[in-house]
Amino acid sequence: MSEQVQRTKSVRDLDRVVIRFAGDSGDGMQLTGDRFTTSSALYGNDLATLPDFPAEIRAPAGTLAGVSAFQVHISDHDITTPGDAPTVLVAMNPAALRSQIDRVEPGATVIVNTDAFDERNLAKAGYTSNPLHDGSLDGYTVYEVPMTSLTKGAVEPLGVKPRDAERSKNFFALGLVSWMYTRPVDRTLEWIERRFAGKPQVAAANTAAFKAGHAFGETAELFDHAYDVKPAALPKGTYTNISGNTALAWGLIAASQMSNLPLFLGSYPITPASDILHELSKHKNFDVRTFQAEDEIAGIGAALGAAYGGHLGVTTTSGPGMALKAETLGLAVSLELPLLVIDIQRGGPSTGLPTKTEQADLLMALHGRHGEAPLPVIAAKSPSHCFEVAIEAARLALKYRTPVILLSDGYLANGSEPWRLPDIDSLPDLTVDFATEPNHVDDEGNASFWPYRRDPETLARPWALPGTPGLMHRIGGIEKADGSGNISYDPVNHERMVELRAAKVAGIAKELPDVEVHGDVDSADVLVVGWGSTWGAIDGAVARVRAAGHKAAAVHLVHLNPFPPNLGEVLKRYPKVLVPELNLGQLTSVLRAEFLVDAKAVTKVRGLPFTASELEQAILDHLSGVLS
Amino acid sequence: MSATETLVPDPVPATTRKDWASDQEVRWCPGCGDYSILAAVQLLMPELGIRREDTVFVSGIGCAARFPYYMNTYGMHTIHGRAPAIATGLALARPDLHVFVVSGDGDALSIGGNHLIHALRRNVNITILLFNNQIYGLTKGQYSPTSELGKVTKWTPFGSLDQPFNPISVALGAEATFVARTHDMDRAHMMETFRRAFEHKGSKLVEIYQNCNVFNDGAFEAITSKRVREDMLVPLRHGEPIRFGADGSKGVVLDPQRGARIVDVADVGEDALLVHDETRPDPGVAFMLSRLATGPHEPTPIGVFRAVERQEYGEAVNGQVAAAREERGEGDLAALLRSGATWEV
Repeated sequence: MSEQVQRTKSVRDLDRVVIRFAGDSGDGMQLTGDRFTTSSALYGNDLATLPDFPAEIRAPAGTLAGVSAFQVHISDHDITTPGDAPTVLVAMNPAALRSQIDRVEPGATVIVNTDAFDERNLAKAGYTSNPLHDGSLDGYTVYEVPMTSLTKGAVEPLGVKPRDAERSKNFFALGLVSWMYTRPVDRTLEWIERRFAGKPQVAAANTAAFKAGHAFGETAELFDHAYDVKPAALPKGTYTNISGNTALAWGLIAASQMSNLPLFLGSYPITPASDILHELSKHKNFDVRTFQAEDEIAGIGAALGAAYGGHLGVTTTSGPGMALKAETLGLAVSLELPLLVIDIQRGGPSTGLPTKTEQADLLMALHGRHGEAPLPVIAAKSPSHCFEVAIEAARLALKYRTPVILLSDGYLANGSEPWRLPDIDSLPDLTVDFATEPNHVDDEGNASFWPYRRDPETLARPWALPGTPGLMHRIGGIEKADGSGNISYDPVNHERMVELRAAKVAGIAKELPDVEVHGDVDSADVLVVGWGSTWGAIDGAVARVRAAGHKAAAVHLVHLNPFPPNLGEVLKRYPKVLVPELNLGQLTSVLRAEFLVDAKAVTKVRGLPFTASELEQAILDHLSGVLS
Repeated sequence: MSATETLVPDPVPATTRKDWASDQEVRWCPGCGDYSILAAVQLLMPELGIRREDTVFVSGIGCAARFPYYMNTYGMHTIHGRAPAIATGLALARPDLHVFVVSGDGDALSIGGNHLIHALRRNVNITILLFNNQIYGLTKGQYSPTSELGKVTKWTPFGSLDQPFNPISVALGAEATFVARTHDMDRAHMMETFRRAFEHKGSKLVEIYQNCNVFNDGAFEAITSKRVREDMLVPLRHGEPIRFGADGSKGVVLDPQRGARIVDVADVGEDALLVHDETRPDPGVAFMLSRLATGPHEPTPIGVFRAVERQEYGEAVNGQVAAAREERGEGDLAALLRSGATWEV
């Protein structure tokens, strides 16, 4: 089989399609979705993905709890979300159908693996009658495909045992959907060979299943035509498809390279942040050290110790781990050392929804420490944007000698999108000037080193590395005398130090670019303010309400502390301000407190990102005064 | 060259105790055992052949944790219990440095117990000085995880109910490669023990019996005071039969049924005595020795319990980095970004 496969059926063009693959946790749906995504990316579509899987590694087979899904939105134009409602659902068993059918668009295409629709599986999914026969799917275009038996038929001649043969059925589904959407097949076949290189029989079985699925589409009389989603007209460049966690890991490596500092990651495994540890540990040749600590506290502690020694210190975590790091963050604020703390937010509080997304750690990031302990907080807006914000976090940390919190979330971490690779030469220079000379003369005329003598411009303190002769000094969590850094319990000095630390962080705003307003800049009736991963859905929703003739504008915040310098002025420019957040209104309350504007929150805490249509409705409601 | 490779040329200039003392006024209570430990460390440093700028003292919270402020080296006074974790990161990042951790019984064994055991099992190159005074000093007299059962304190008027830790047993159980005990009344023994710890490669734990003359005065007097020392301290010397008491009249034997126990040498004969071997791969005998006394009121072993070779963690971590650079060359960022499937638009 090759790209020049003979097509006997007609192909119809679509501008976009949203496909959701759903099956048991053990069915390989994430792999299937991921591969479909890559082949669409290579084909040149714009796309966005939403992996949606349970916390259990293997929940009981066939149950609703065990359903694992992967949604991908592919398009011939620029898109920013994984799509509202799927137009195609691939359901590998009754539980997948039952748990997902309410999400899909009315009239959507539903492809089911009929072999799995036996009495036992129907009962496990909670069906009292077979939905394929009782008329409950009448509103959909249903394709009934006996995937398991067709896969076995294709694979068993290779000598594969029936039980193992069945496991290739996700590749049958991938082959079928690849045919339906005229995806190129050669690179997928090559990928199967590479991916299963160590297991030739599995590679052969998966290849046979994929080809069988593809051929089934072409020959079965079920389908009278296929579809094509043409490549999108994206800016020229080299692209790769990237997830948020990979982009973040690469951004950290880039920051390490641009600063010429070795990278040190101290981390404790936690979903959905662990992939950053996994990814970085592959790249030790970039002078990267990865340390799996005994707990979250030791993760940040080791990173802080490494930072003291002159490494770019990083710790990665999610909400519960973030809480454990709070005390050390206070120390880092006091020591004024560069440190990156990356929080991949998930549903909380406590264990909450470990594999689902949320934005409810914002107030903890801004305020969740003892004492007056301000620090810069920034957030990524899309999977590929994680690369850029990792570099920005490092830039702020190194320049201002401060811990920085970078917020991402489960949706960005696992979701992916095409990314136009940046020109390496365009990345910022993050080189650090370490202190090498004394900076003070004591009363007796001797040169000495004052670790808290600040740069008058940035208020950053000098960073003298152990090993530097003549600059021996002690730093610690006890309040330090302004300048000398010696222990000081002087009340006036403490107040001055608290104010200096706050002024240093607040002063970052001076160099931040103004926020850009998009949409009806001069005439909008409503301004939508976003932060983090809501960017895509906001962008889509604002475009829709504007297309419908309404006046709307949007700003998106990357810097959450300090805010960009013009934010207050921008907020006051528009009659209405709407803030969509995957929490109960955390940024909203900050904006109201800080700028005295009547901002309204649109909130969602279901472990899923906003869809553009949800926000479209919210904007329309706000414009019409329904939203109180 | 990376900015953090060692910055200093040879040779090491000669120093004196004074060079290692900072200009900060020492603020422990008058009579505190910490003064003699500080003196022993400051006296030892010039003998180690190292530079002040290559030396870092890291501490947590507690009276002992003020130690770094008094050393004219680099120093970090951090947070309660976390010094081993912070020092681990520093030692991994900077294998060229000499990293010391100064901790107390509450800091190391209560709030920081987890960090201590993991630092020990990893065998990362840090010298941990555990000042054990069996009491919380800085918070004014609560019992500590090494206080004896039944300790009467301000909040335990009827006696504490907590079984204490034996720090040597804990360290041995945590797979430490170097474990030793000394006490604040014997400067020469402290210096020798600290020297041995410094010279060992890996995580080293030295328990120092330290008198808190305000909240737990005399806790170790029954074994460390000059008049009883000979009968109450059991010196461990590598390769020698374990003997103590006047004229070495007492000794330690390994009884197959009852473990390590004290005997009159005259009763068993010198050949029956346990010959101390720090290098036994199995920590079992060292553990038995750590249980010889149930507390500092019975004859108690001091010296090096265990000193075995094992891969130092930092060397292993940095070895993997070096091997990756050797095999794959220094990282190429542009190539990394193109390492997945790419396409041109």
